[in-house]
Amino acid sequence: MRAFSYERPSDLQAAIKAAGTSPDNQPPTQAAAQFIAGGTNMSDYMKLNVNRPERLIDLNKLSEPAMTAIRVDDAGLHLGALVRMADAQEHEDVVRMFPVICDSLRLAASGQIRNMASLGGNLLQRTRCEYFREVSWPCNKREPGAGCSALDGVNRQHAVLGGSEACIATYHGDFAQALIALDAEVEIASAKGSHRMPFADLHKRPQDTPQIETALSPSDIIVAIHVPAGPWRRSRYLKVRDRESYAFALASAAVALDMDGDTVRGARIALGGVATVPWRAKSAEEMLTGRKLDEAAAKEAADTAFAEASGRKHNAYKIPLGKQTLVRALLETQDMKV
Amino acid sequence: MSSNPASPPNGVSRRGFLSGSATLAVATPFVAHAAEQAAPGAAAKDPHAKVAVSFNINGKPYQLGLDARTSLLDALRDHAGLTGTKKGCDHGQCGACSVLVDGRRVLSCMSFAVMQEGAEITTIEGLASTDGALHPMQQAFVDHDAFQCGYCTPGQIMSAVGCVQEGHAENDDDIREYMSGNLCRCAAYPNIVAAIRQARDDMKEG
Repeated sequence: MRAFSYERPSDLQAAIKAAGTSPDNQPPTQAAAQFIAGGTNMSDYMKLNVNRPERLIDLNKLSEPAMTAIRVDDAGLHLGALVRMADAQEHEDVVRMFPVICDSLRLAASGQIRNMASLGGNLLQRTRCEYFREVSWPCNKREPGAGCSALDGVNRQHAVLGGSEACIATYHGDFAQALIALDAEVEIASAKGSHRMPFADLHKRPQDTPQIETALSPSDIIVAIHVPAGPWRRSRYLKVRDRESYAFALASAAVALDMDGDTVRGARIALGGVATVPWRAKSAEEMLTGRKLDEAAAKEAADTAFAEASGRKHNAYKIPLGKQTLVRALLETQDMKV
Repeated sequence: MSSNPASPPNGVSRRGFLSGSATLAVATPFVAHAAEQAAPGAAAKDPHAKVAVSFNINGKPYQLGLDARTSLLDALRDHAGLTGTKKGCDHGQCGACSVLVDGRRVLSCMSFAVMQEGAEITTIEGLASTDGALHPMQQAFVDHDAFQCGYCTPGQIMSAVGCVQEGHAENDDDIREYMSGNLCRCAAYPNIVAAIRQARDDMKEG
């Protein structure tokens, strides 16, 4: 691991100042000064020499109450970015109003990791692509222009949606799928002040610049996540993986349904484990709206959601698996007692 | 050389040697700067300078001067001399390094020690009573033969204590789900579940 100096600022302004300025368009993951909160992703990638900060800025002692609060009001849900996954997962308002958020957190990682990992850090977790993690392989995300080892390599884990000829690394997060489905926003503190951004705009598809993973600058800090109020008590997150627990999704679906009897008044759908970024399936939502929800309609929605998917040598199975996961998630969500 | 093949040449066991050398490391004076005093945004701080950190381990105060790269796990084992906490994968995948920090189970390999300023850390060495009576979870692992090689056991036990305290050990399915971050390559899982079930009830009575 590269040696680093350690700083522990006590408020947001000091943390932003500590990060200093960076060259234009430098992604936070390449910056000299980088932030750490729960540390579960950062310390791992520092040990692997993938993340190589010269200065590590610890956000855990920031004093702003908004960063550690969980609040519900008429506008919706506020989740502070320093809230630990386990605390959000167990919060009674989250459980009651947004089961899909609770599921997405509960089915992620392990008990120990959920006690450590912050919500903000969870959103920014980096891909588990084996070629990205092992620095002896060429990787466009780590080293722009080096080439992608996954395209013709062992790509069983890799994305079938949102990839490019430069990168097909999967975005593995679960929580993000619940947030993108529910039209969440992130509140970001920066040197220029605070602003809100649709969560859907936070992550960037790889295109020809896979090293740019998010819309954040190196000194930007996620303060909180806002989930607008909505009729989403009938919602769930279904995660399919190689083992029953403590594994990343091979395919997953976040589904929220607003039903009028058997008819869909409104649907929200996001897909995990299959795409390079958190993936909203709006075309499938539109297809279902106003329709009677049964297995045939769910299958049609799943075909729509994966219409643009393209598989490679080892990951083509994710297309039928992803479709079946979505069908099951839709029908199980419909059957929820709310 | 000793005629007893079980004794190392100098008559000091490996465990005793490791603990002794680690204690010396603690006692060695160090030059350290406190992280809080670092000027925000100041450039060119020496990344190799030792950083001072103070925390309690098993109720005992420690002040260490550490390279900032030191994981909490390495601080416990190599600097505090508490080798009960085990290093398995060192990447958060096996759970062997589980300890309690401020009462919650965490992975000590995935945290830098300098981030634990002021924390109350409990390791496997701090679980038994001062009179030597085993914690109900330790006793349950013995009663149910919940290990074979034993390497994952300190992490299993610390994680299980946290799991029970969180209220996630109410049935066998929950125990399996919420203990999934602790791997056992000997596959003693059925016995581990039985041990946690017993300790859960004993901890409630206690």
